[in-house]
Amino acid sequence: MTEMSYLDGNMLDGPLRELFAVDLSTATGRCASCGMVGPMAGLRVYAHAPGLVGRCPACAEVMVRLVRAPDRAWLDLRGITYLQVPMPTVEPFPRPL
Amino acid sequence: MTAAAAGGRRAVPLGWRVARLVQRRVETSTAQTLVLSVPDWPGHLPGQHVDVRLTAPDGYQAARSYSLAGPADGDRIALTVQRVPDGEVSPYLTDAWVEGDPVEVRGPVGGWFVWRPAQTAPVLLVAGGSGVVPLMAMVRARRAAGSRTPFRLIYSVRTPADVIYADELRTRARDDPGLDVAYVYTRQAPDGWRGEPHRIGLADVNTYGWPAELEPLCYVCGPTGFVETVADLLVGLGHQTRRVRTERFGPTG
Repeated sequence: MTEMSYLDGNMLDGPLRELFAVDLSTATGRCASCGMVGPMAGLRVYAHAPGLVGRCPACAEVMVRLVRAPDRAWLDLRGITYLQVPMPTVEPFPRPL
Repeated sequence: MTAAAAGGRRAVPLGWRVARLVQRRVETSTAQTLVLSVPDWPGHLPGQHVDVRLTAPDGYQAARSYSLAGPADGDRIALTVQRVPDGEVSPYLTDAWVEGDPVEVRGPVGGWFVWRPAQTAPVLLVAGGSGVVPLMAMVRARRAAGSRTPFRLIYSVRTPADVIYADELRTRARDDPGLDVAYVYTRQAPDGWRGEPHRIGLADVNTYGWPAELEPLCYVCGPTGFVETVADLLVGLGHQTRRVRTERFGPTG
């Protein structure tokens, strides 16, 4: 069972929502190593390290690292070429808020 | 100012809130539903989860993700927790946590493994063990919204005694129009069951699921090996990868 000891990409939502104002679980990421494009929720997350390591489900390369200390967080996105984030449709005639 | 509810305009980063236990319901020998009171709860969508954090007297902290088991009821949310032997968090929640005691909760989180009642595509839910929890939230939300979207649930369990929400599922399979429920038993089947206990396979998914050409949305939740097996079967049957949404419950507790 050890090779199955990873967690689901959906569990990144909470930790990332501490840093980002938007929900990144529906964001699509491109793996910098193999080029696979897929939802962040599909990553394989390893939590035994000091922090969270998200790996590509296709090639197993590290896409994201997140380490949280009491007073700071480190976020390493080196393994992601881009993140595509769904946004609300912009109104053609923005009204004053 | 509460955090923007799902779909709200102004998203804000999400912090921890103090929640208290208000009620405990025993579901099976290892699973319990815990009703928490969370002040200023903003509401949530079926399939979303929360992170629960415990702090020991020496400051050591442990956090785990738990699916929300049903629609929000004001400030009250329900989690169904399966006790994981030697787990850091679940044994405390199921055995030691008493009414009125605080824990910290962060949520609701998740936008991928979510069913919105406005969606009309047929839905296939495939649950392995405690993976039924977020799927039950969808079943409950469907009925609460008066949705007519066709739902099929395939629920894989070890034995009949391991079925979480057994009575409610029996009632809903009879009373919720357009909901079908099928069971797969891996170790011991009930008396009069046709066939032998077995792990979920192509025949189960093919018989109890939807044909791929109906373009259903599939939600698969359970242990990692189970989820990957079922997701591969669905893709092999012609379902598009992006219409097969998965949530893998890890080995930790």
